[in-house]
Amino acid sequence: MIRIPCPNCGPRNSSEFSYFGELGSRPAPDAVDPAHWRHYLYDKKNPAGWTTEKWYHASGCRKFFAIERNTLTNDVKSGRPFGVESSSEESS
Amino acid sequence: MWRNFELEKSYDVVIIGAGVHGLATAYYLAANHGISKVAVVDKGYVGGGGSGRNTAILRSNYLTPEGVRFYDRSVQLYRTLAADLNFNVMFAPRGHLTLAHNDSSLRTMRWRAEVNKLQGVDSEVITPEEIKRLVPFMDVSDDTRYPIIGALYHPPGGIIRHDAVNWGYARAGDRLGVQIHQNTEVTGIRTEKGRVSGVSTNRGEIGAPIVLNCTAGWASLVSAMAGVKLPIITHPLQAAVTEPVKMFLDAVVVSGSLHVYVSQTDRGELVFGASTDPYASYSMRGSLEFTEELASHVLELMPSIAKMRVLRQWAGLCDITPDFSPIMGITEVEGFLVDVGWGTYGFKAGPAAAEAMAELVATGRTPQLIAAFDLARFAEGRLASERGAAAVGH
Ligand SMILES: Cc1cc2nc3c(=O)[nH]c(=O)nc-3n(C[C@H](O)[C@H](O)[C@H](O)COP(=O)(O)OP(=O)(O)OC[C@H]3O[C@@H](n4cnc5c(N)ncnc54)[C@H](O)[C@@H]3O)c2cc1C
Ligand SMILES: [Zn+2]
Repeated sequence: MIRIPCPNCGPRNSSEFSYFGELGSRPAPDAVDPAHWRHYLYDKKNPAGWTTEKWYHASGCRKFFAIERNTLTNDVKSGRPFGVESSSEESS
Repeated sequence: MWRNFELEKSYDVVIIGAGVHGLATAYYLAANHGISKVAVVDKGYVGGGGSGRNTAILRSNYLTPEGVRFYDRSVQLYRTLAADLNFNVMFAPRGHLTLAHNDSSLRTMRWRAEVNKLQGVDSEVITPEEIKRLVPFMDVSDDTRYPIIGALYHPPGGIIRHDAVNWGYARAGDRLGVQIHQNTEVTGIRTEKGRVSGVSTNRGEIGAPIVLNCTAGWASLVSAMAGVKLPIITHPLQAAVTEPVKMFLDAVVVSGSLHVYVSQTDRGELVFGASTDPYASYSMRGSLEFTEELASHVLELMPSIAKMRVLRQWAGLCDITPDFSPIMGITEVEGFLVDVGWGTYGFKAGPAAAEAMAELVATGRTPQLIAAFDLARFAEGRLASERGAAAVGH
């Protein structure tokens, strides 16, 4: 099982986490037209190699954070917390 | 089976990916439309992607009318495929059961059964007693963790020999003049003024007015070479097979709640599968937790197989779309077509998708059968959601 480095709890089995996919910058919903919004929702880079993505420590500290992971090897680099406390604000 | 060729300078059509979709499209281009100056190029070998790694389940009991009509066409083509290709593909329509362990899945199954019947597809909800008659080894009692309360029964569903399908299409295409180039990796796609003009490969340049992306798990990477973005995320999917035993399991059994499915091949092996790995990856490594979870869930359904031994396990890549439906047709780059987004369910779709894509290439018009599965649907908000019928059962 791959291990995910939670910035709060340290490396834990990936089964403790929920995966939220590629980190994208979310446009303000009232500032974009539906086509742009759908582009944000659906069009993914789906890269083969290093990528930054969002995970949630569901069976741990219950915080969202970002990690760098290599999708070819599943190697991970250390995680970094988001600047916000509340998890609901960060959930997509 | 098929010949090796030097790469030519140009072809009428270049198909990227020698899985069932690419090989079958080449075959139908030649067989139905007389277009045989076609190259199928693959970075690996014929059937080295999902087409040689899947669990070979065929069915058409989907949720949307468009989906049911489309997959039913594929099952029809599979029925006569052995004769059409003169190659034994071992299609065994032994019946397909999707188990319900709670009211909400039973509700979706009733819905599916009605949609299916309306499209002329044999599909009905049956009781635990009827399930027991079809699969005597199944524990349909009340004292399990997730008691079985019914099932969607689809008699025309079944299994096939995936390698034979791939090889049969490759051989039949070769006889009609199609060239299959293994170990030929596409590294770039050339465009001129919004129109595709050819591909670059590790063996040299190829010119072509039509380039078709049939690379499933790698589809995003190949489309990006043409500047086309796809709403696809690649997830690994694992499967496992046991040692062979005497035939005892006729139907294909799927349990969405337990995230597991099982069938018995004609050789007697039990083939197991599950849901995709929970994060995006291009790695095809199997994992121990997959086998552990699989075993515990299968034993809930069939406690009597506890002593059987797993022979091997493997993984393949699945190109998952937001609505669990495929993406077939044109893109914003003229001449660059896609037949992708096959997720965990695309083997059964090979013949129908290929027949339709060949027609699109030959006539320049998108056949009605696949019109609902265009790439533009995502930007336009017309999703074709098959989540209820395709998330676990492949
Ligand atoms: C474990 C597992 C179980 C499954 N079970 C079922 C099932 O029971 N029923 C069902 O219907 N479906 C099932 N599927 C899904 C099914 O296998 C796929 O949807 C289907 O095989 C896709 O076929 P394809 O021809 O589109 O792509 P593939 O067979 O994946 O072929 C794509 C090819 O593209 C090649 N390629 C990639 N990049 C390049 C490049 N740059 N240049 C050249 N070539 C390239 C690859 O080498 C590969 O050979 C399962 C999948 C898996 C992994
Ligand atoms: Zn944590």
